[in-house]
Amino acid sequence: MSITRRQLLILLPAAAIAWDYVVAGTPEASPNYQMAEHWWAMLIDVTRCIGCGSCVRGCQQENKVPDGYFRTWVERYHVEDWRMEYPSVDSPDGGKNGFPAGKETGGKNFFVPKLCNHCAESPCTQVCPVGATFVSPDGVVLVDQKYCLGCRYCVQACPYGCRFINPQTNTANKCTLCYHRITKGLTTACCEVCPTGARQLANLKDPKDPIHEFLRTHSVQVLKPQMATRSKCFYYGLDGAVR
Amino acid sequence: MNLFKDAGHLFRVAAVFLAGLLVFLIVRSFLVPRSFGRYGHYRANAITEIAALPINYAGHQVCENCHGDVQEMKSKGGHKGVACESCHGPLAAHADDPASVTPAKLDTAVLCVRCHQENIAKPKTFPQVNAADHSGGAACNSCHKPHTPAIAG
Repeated sequence: MSITRRQLLILLPAAAIAWDYVVAGTPEASPNYQMAEHWWAMLIDVTRCIGCGSCVRGCQQENKVPDGYFRTWVERYHVEDWRMEYPSVDSPDGGKNGFPAGKETGGKNFFVPKLCNHCAESPCTQVCPVGATFVSPDGVVLVDQKYCLGCRYCVQACPYGCRFINPQTNTANKCTLCYHRITKGLTTACCEVCPTGARQLANLKDPKDPIHEFLRTHSVQVLKPQMATRSKCFYYGLDGAVR
Repeated sequence: MNLFKDAGHLFRVAAVFLAGLLVFLIVRSFLVPRSFGRYGHYRANAITEIAALPINYAGHQVCENCHGDVQEMKSKGGHKGVACESCHGPLAAHADDPASVTPAKLDTAVLCVRCHQENIAKPKTFPQVNAADHSGGAACNSCHKPHTPAIAG
């Protein structure tokens, strides 16, 4: 049987449509989760942090973060009142196993938990040459592990030092705000295990989220506001010495 | 019409370009994932892949489904705000299969000091002790009940 030119012209578009269907890829998962209804943020109450390192351990166990690398960590600041610009900061093993007691030498001491700030204008996503990192439609900065080349541009671009190259995969790695948890209605691992409630996950698009009341009634700050990254990690009780 | 005398050459060149373009488009359709560009300059399916990662911390709501008695007891004490897995560790595997995965017994002498060992940087209102002076290395649960830590009386 031979095909006439007319039959071929009809068959070709049909084949093209069928091919399109084949390569369309997997459809979207978690049907109960609407990205358009979420704009994720985190609230960190510095005055409640006790430097126990639960968040660091929790994150490493939840996300299989290799030893010596951190998606979240805790810093201890020591600030003398006469030289606020030069705080001394320590973070032994990211604060994973707590901190040495320290001696009372005047000045003030406090803990600051840190993690990816999930900036709305994130410098790290802007420098990626292959489109492997991005701000998702619900406001989380993520890394596509299949696309990342490991070129380290983003590691340099992050003003907060929140990215690293995973030595096992040689790709960029960072806090995902536990995207696999928050899309299923759970909170992040760090917020789950924080014993004092110093960390709280917040959905800025949810008018019932307690963060709105908190932001209205408290003075909050973001890290490095001069970088204009539109960070979404809001710190309450943050000292000016914190970098 | 001398101008179009050699137009045949142009048509041949145009045909070569067209064929090249066709090859480019076909190769491109193979190499670029279909979800690339759905929301921006990235692969939209990466979001789904990250969302599908396994969970290790079940969340205290899941614990309370079975251990309501502990939750009831804990809600009366100073540890009411502390989630189960904060001390007991990630137990989603236990929640999925309670029969075969049993949580490890905890050593309070190690566990309690993670939070309550005194430290200059801790908020002054937070209860903290020097464990060596306070109990001489004895396990904390010989006096305190971990779920309701205050000692009555």
